[in-house]
This record gives sequence, structure tokens and C-alpha cells, in this order.
Amino acid sequence: MIRFENVSKRYDGGHEALSGVSIEVAAGELAFLTGRSGAGKSTVLKLVALIERPTRGQVIVGGRQLNKLAYREVPAYRQQIGMVFQDNRLLNDRSAYENVALPLIISGTGQREIGRRVRAALDQVGLLDREKYPPTALSAGEQQRLAIARAVVSRPAVLIADEPTGNLDPELSLEIMTLFRRLNEVGVTMLIASHDLPLVERFGSRRIVLSGGQVSSGETIDRPAGAAR
Amino acid sequence: MSPGIWLARHAQNLLGALGAVSRNPLGTFLTVSVIGIALALPAALNVLVQTGKSAAGNWTDVRDFSIYLQPATPLARAEALARELRKRDGIDSVQLITADAAVAELGKDPVFANALAALESNPLPHTLVVRPAADMGSEQLGKLSTELQKTPDVDLVKLDLQWVQRLNAGLDFLARLGWIAAVLLGGAVLIIVGNTIRLDIQTRTEEIEVAKLLGATDTFVRRPFLYLGLWYGLFGGLVAVLILAVSLWLLGGPVENLASLYGSSLALEGLGLTTLGAVLGGGLLAGWCGAWLAVTRHLSGLRPKY
Repeated sequence: MIRFENVSKRYDGGHEALSGVSIEVAAGELAFLTGRSGAGKSTVLKLVALIERPTRGQVIVGGRQLNKLAYREVPAYRQQIGMVFQDNRLLNDRSAYENVALPLIISGTGQREIGRRVRAALDQVGLLDREKYPPTALSAGEQQRLAIARAVVSRPAVLIADEPTGNLDPELSLEIMTLFRRLNEVGVTMLIASHDLPLVERFGSRRIVLSGGQVSSGETIDRPAGAAR
Repeated sequence: MSPGIWLARHAQNLLGALGAVSRNPLGTFLTVSVIGIALALPAALNVLVQTGKSAAGNWTDVRDFSIYLQPATPLARAEALARELRKRDGIDSVQLITADAAVAELGKDPVFANALAALESNPLPHTLVVRPAADMGSEQLGKLSTELQKTPDVDLVKLDLQWVQRLNAGLDFLARLGWIAAVLLGGAVLIIVGNTIRLDIQTRTEEIEVAKLLGATDTFVRRPFLYLGLWYGLFGGLVAVLILAVSLWLLGGPVENLASLYGSSLALEGLGLTTLGAVLGGGLLAGWCGAWLAVTRHLSGLRPKY
């Protein structure tokens, strides 16, 4: 579902964030991207989200070669990808409901369908009773759950998350990861960047370890049943 | 996207933009006033030119011209010439002022009476006052005058065309000025709206970036701002109409007074549908374009990340 073929990324200014990275995440798989900060985790996710373009190599998501997508094709592509950002990027001048509805408004979904799906997504993350509150009125854990609801509301086949538990305590982190696990069980392919090794190890999913812009190990532990390459 | 959803989205943006405009009343008032003044100026010039044109049309008597005959010409010859002229095309009427009548008229003024008394004979010639037909252009008039100048016994043809020509030239100048003002001030409205929208964009950069990350197209991001620009343009246009209406009302009395002193029934041309349409349409167009420029510039600054 997500494939990196010998991908290198050099930023303006000469810093090479990735050099010759090859990764494959199968459809329906939940994979963690780990490594120290600066190892290139965020860059991998930015390449999937088309926030950055690779200097060399191919990124293929859902069978589409991303470097063949023109600027005007990017929006339609992004609508098919769920994204959870490190700083959650929720809009504080809007209610929880409106934040989750945004991807559906963008994709041109009908009003009634929006209501149904936003409530289903809020219910999934346990925030149904908070729909009228702005993100600022929610706790850090709730905000992260809201960001996840927004990422899954349009039912993407692929979800990427950058340090989704970055500023949460261990208990909340576990709760968020459990939520990802549940979403993965309904078939969403996931690539989650996290430097929280103990947490990642508890989940037993495959870990792709980045170090200095290269894959240092990509062992597979306990790949979910039925996940196909 | 189905047509229903598309329509609903546009309606939401339209009303949403109206909401944004009403949330900042002072800022909106200032922007809209400046737009209104900028639109009212060229429109006012246009009204002035239209009024002047109808005035030029009204004052047909300034087109009258006089033919002074040689001093020794007998009265019978003057009368014959007048009859001959009356038969020509393009001439409405010919009035003969005999030398005696002219002296009598002049003699009513005590200053001239003394001067005339000092003279041995009547120094004035017979005069024909010719009123050309209304449809005669200034070129034809010029031709007629040169032809008459060559007629025997004619001393001088005094055509008072210059006055009309000056007025028309002045009006042409004003009309041109109106166009230049319209273009310049239209540009100003574009800049004003563009700058206002730019400030609006700056307060919503986070929202725009998030929307783009979630797969929003440039069109989607642009749309609410375009409606914002349209509202500014529309309200600006309405302010311009208001300014014009009040100005015309204030000027109505003095103009009528002035016209009556000139013996004319001149009135200010009102706000015709054309002027109204041009002011409102110009406002809407400039608002839309200004907003489009501001958002497109911002979006291209976000590339390629967002």
C-alpha cells in the first residue's frame, strides 16, 4: 500500500534527511516508524502526504506514483489519506464537530451524510458528548483523539500519524495507540511515527527503525493476520 | 459533487462572507467608504459631462450667426438676400436687422447715443441673423459660412461657433478625464479590496493550511474570499450611489438657478440606469478581481508544501 523505492530527500540547504530508503507497508498493516529525532521519520510521512517531494527515488501509495502527480492532482490524493499531525493542527475557532466535518466539506459530501459520519467518527474516539466544544476546551488526550477523528472521518484507506502521542502521558498514549489498533482492525493501513519505543514494543506490530536517514532494521513481528504484501 | 451540494456550498460561502463582513463593522465601513468614494468620482464626472452635453444641445441660439453687409448696400438687396437664404436647406430662419433699426437699438444706450450723435451718417450696415437647422454639424456650418462670405455685398460672416466648439471640447476633455479617473480609481478599488482581503487571509492562514493538508483545492480556498470581495464591491457600489444621489440633490437647486439666469431650462442629468449599472458592476468586478489576486498570490506563496 505504501512503498518507498530507494528514496532520498535532500532539503534546501544541503541536509540529507533520507538516503536510499526502501520501505513497504502492506495493505491493512499497522507499522511503526521509529528512531531518534532527526532520523527522518517526519520526512517519510511528509513524502507520503506530498508535503515534500523526494530528491531521488519513488514513493508509491495505493498503486500511484506520487512524483507523477501534478499540483492540481494533489488535493484529490490528499482527500484519500488520513493525517494526524505532531501538533494536531486543529482549528481553535471552530467546534469539535466542525473540525471533524472539515475533510467532508472539502470533499463535497452532502450535509446529512456529514452529520452522520462526523458523529460516527466522534463516537469512535469517545468524544460524541464534546461535539460543541472548541479544541481549546478539551484535554490534550481529547484533542489528539479529535485529530484522529478528523483523520478517519472520510474513511481513508491509508492513515499516517506523526508522533501522535508526542506530548501525552503514558496512560493517554496507550489509549491513543489502542484507538489506532482498533481502527487498523477495520482495515486501515497505518504508518505511525513514534520515538516512544517501550510503547511501540507493547504493541508487537512491525517496527521500521530509521537511523541517520537510513533504514537500520525493518523486522516484522506478529503481522496482523490476512495482511497482504 | 452534486449540483445541490455545490449550490448549498456557494450559498454557505456567500452568507459566511457576509457574516465575516458584519463581524468587523468599523473595518468594513472604512473599506466600503473608500471604495464608494473611488467609484463615485468618475460617475460624478460622467453625470457632469452628460449634463453639459444636454446643455450644448439646449442652447441652439449660440449657433446663430450674423452676416454683415457692405455699408453701402441698399435695403432692397438686403431683403432679397434674406429671401434667398430662407429658401436654402439647413436654414431655419433669417432675421433682417436694418441699419436704421440697429442704430435705434444702439441709441437706447445713453453712452452710445452720444457717440452716434457725433457721427454724420449711420455707420452700421444691414445685418442678417441666420439660425441654422438643429441637425447641422459644425463642419457644414463652417462650409456654409465660407460660401456666404464669397457672396457679393457681404462684408463679414461672423460665426459664433467657437463658443460651442469650446464647450464641446471642454466636455470631451471632461469625458476623457472621467475615463482616466474610472481606470485609475478602478485600480485603486482593486488594491483596496486586495489589501483588505490580504489582511483577512492573514488571520486565517492556519485554517487555509489545514484545509490544504486535508485536500482542499485552490478553488475551495479561494471561494469564501471571492464572496468577501464581492460583498465589499457591492457595498462600496451602494455607498457610491448614495454619495451621487446626495450630491445631485444638493446641486439640483443651484444648477436650476444658474440655468434660469442663462434663460435655459437645464437640469442635472439624473443617475441613469447605465451609470447605476456601471457603478455597481464596476464595484463588484473590482471586488472580485481584488480578492482573486490576493488569494491567488497567497496560495502561490504556500506552494509546494500546501
